[in-house]
Amino acid sequence: MGVGSFFTSKLDEALGWARKYSIFQYPFVTACCGMEYMATACSHYDIDRFGAGLPRFSPRQADVLFVVGTISHKMAPVLKRIYDQMTEPKWVVAFGVCTCTGGFYDNYATVQGIDTIIPVDVYIPGCPPRPESVIDGLMKLQDQIAVSAQRY
Amino acid sequence: MSGAEILSALRARFASAIVETHEHRGDTTVVVTRERLRDVLRACRDEPALGCDFLMDLTAVDYAKYPGREDGPRFEVVYHLYSLTHGHRLRVKVRVEEDDAVVPTAVPLWPIADWFEREVWDMFGVRFEGHPDLRRLLLYEEFVGHPLRKDYPINRRQPLIGPKT
Amino acid sequence: MLGEGAGTGSGGQEMMHLGLGPQHPAMHGIIRIVTELDGEVIRKADVEIGYLHRAFEKDCEVGGYNNAIPYTDRLNYVSPLINNFAYASAIEKLLDIDVTERCKYIRTIMSEISRVCDHLTCVGATAMELGAFTVFLYMIKAREFLWELVEDVTGARLTISYGRVGGVKADLPDGFAAQATRAFKDVREVLSEVHRLLTGNRIFMDRMVGVGVLSREETIAYSITGPLLRGVGVGYDVRRAQPHWAYDRVDFEVPTQKDGDNYSRYLVRMAEMEQSMRIAEQALATMPGGPIQVDWEGRAVEPPAYVDQGKQGKTDGLLLVPIRLSPNLEGQERRKHVQVNADDKRVVLPPKEHTYGSIEGLMNHFMLIMEGYGIRPPLGEAYFATEGANGELGFYVVSDGTDRPYRVRCRPPCLPPLAALPRMIEGEMIADLIPTFGSVNMIGGELDR
Repeated sequence: MGVGSFFTSKLDEALGWARKYSIFQYPFVTACCGMEYMATACSHYDIDRFGAGLPRFSPRQADVLFVVGTISHKMAPVLKRIYDQMTEPKWVVAFGVCTCTGGFYDNYATVQGIDTIIPVDVYIPGCPPRPESVIDGLMKLQDQIAVSAQRY
Repeated sequence: MSGAEILSALRARFASAIVETHEHRGDTTVVVTRERLRDVLRACRDEPALGCDFLMDLTAVDYAKYPGREDGPRFEVVYHLYSLTHGHRLRVKVRVEEDDAVVPTAVPLWPIADWFEREVWDMFGVRFEGHPDLRRLLLYEEFVGHPLRKDYPINRRQPLIGPKT
Repeated sequence: MLGEGAGTGSGGQEMMHLGLGPQHPAMHGIIRIVTELDGEVIRKADVEIGYLHRAFEKDCEVGGYNNAIPYTDRLNYVSPLINNFAYASAIEKLLDIDVTERCKYIRTIMSEISRVCDHLTCVGATAMELGAFTVFLYMIKAREFLWELVEDVTGARLTISYGRVGGVKADLPDGFAAQATRAFKDVREVLSEVHRLLTGNRIFMDRMVGVGVLSREETIAYSITGPLLRGVGVGYDVRRAQPHWAYDRVDFEVPTQKDGDNYSRYLVRMAEMEQSMRIAEQALATMPGGPIQVDWEGRAVEPPAYVDQGKQGKTDGLLLVPIRLSPNLEGQERRKHVQVNADDKRVVLPPKEHTYGSIEGLMNHFMLIMEGYGIRPPLGEAYFATEGANGELGFYVVSDGTDRPYRVRCRPPCLPPLAALPRMIEGEMIADLIPTFGSVNMIGGELDR
């Protein structure tokens, strides 16, 4: 292993470590799941312990897009636009079964999974997921962020 | 007023306009002709004895697949009225055919009818004559058809972006 | 999606068009408000909804009568229990059946707990949007205490699917009254803290008093019910006007305010939470068929052993042997089942002892579950209304005599206030939109269905 690659891989590791604990999320809250999102964010479950406590309400300043709740066909272009406005590196979390697959809303109004519109990194199933599974999903995302190829 | 009293008061005034009345499970219902609908609603609101100041709900039902009603008028527009002073409820219905699905608007009587009627137009395709701005309420303008009609399949999707199935 | 281009001139003045939403940080809910601004003053506003339209009414027509219960959870997802019970009661009205007294009390208690959760969220979110983040944290903490109660009863925190046509899913767990008393004490503490933080707070009052006013006449013309109607001094409450469940047997006040502004709505909601807890406490104290002191003698058997015995014809006394049910089914043992469900085989699933232990019970179970069978109300229609957290929540159901509803219509309590929102904000400053929107408590699931 050359000296150069040793340094870049160490730098990657350091960057990955730093990035995984400074998640600025954009909560794209639409429906019921938002209630559990609130519960996860507040004092009982305290998402801040994972370095994800600060939501940024501008997609341009956010790293992770939390899509929380059912996306209807009327809402889909808005979601796409928000995703496009985010700067790299960016990740997407599908929060709740409606965002994963459409859930039990198999009808004319609902998008059958947001991965038909935008790429998704972590799926958190549940209708709505309990805060524990949200935190589990968040930790899985952190692992992904830590090992992903860092761009700088 | 009791249900029977409401019905007799309406019958006394609008004998020719009343198609049918019934009291099922304690709900008083009167079916009126489309021509006199506006007058009946106005009377329900303004007559002190009736005093229905609230238009609690306005919706429609598509009877295309209802047993015994397949040939009859397809749509029924349903008004649920409530009187704050007397505490009674009244259901007013009007029947319209599919090829002439037009009902006079109730917006001049109750401003809330604006949104309710837009929703009925959106979901059933029943038009409201005289409505100031009859646009879709819940769905988007690109959507074709009226989803709560019985012949609209539940999973016929019309996405704006993404895969078309 | 904020600030979409400048717009037309009128009367020599430049008007600016500002679109808020459908996804906006200061508004909890997806809705689009297009405003026409003259400086900072809103001259005209147009509200567009439907971003969370999930075809509730169409979905209901596809499954059986009980299959619609999970969809009703997700109408007003902040107080799902009220939706469950209102829907179930509408079907019961159509079937003309009466539920047991204990079930009525359970519905009353759980609805009131749900209402408190709803108001907590509404007040908390409104305060947060005005910058009072502490209040939001406190309110969500209090809601968490109540959700723990709800979870003990229903098995879920939020989307509970606890109501059933003809009853409820399961009886209250043992020791529920004591737990509830403790939770209410904690919630009351939080509420008094919030009162100290907000009620006389200068900043909060500046943003709320005299803002978002809607007159009494207009409120009625727009058919607005709930806290907004009581905020203009009309004491209409479905629980009082058409008592159902156990509301005629408890003592409560209908709090009203006069001014019809955001602050009045806030005060009404704060007062209502106290009243709701009062109702729940009284109902818990006077509930019939209370907790059973003596448990069944003998050990409970596992369902397979129970079925085996039945198959071998050892049915003698079998129905008296309790079964060890999965934790999901706790509270549905036969002795509890009869307390909370209507005695009507057309509607209510038999207790599990019967399903497993007798052929009649099994048949009865299948007749309600199988495709093409199930609950079959006679031809007809019914409208049932109860007081949701936002106002009159009505279900209008039409039956064609088959096992699935021909039409289910939900009268959404928060649609009328949203239709009147332009009337509340026109002529006010753009910043006043936020507290006004907070005070109408828009819930997407119920508004767009």
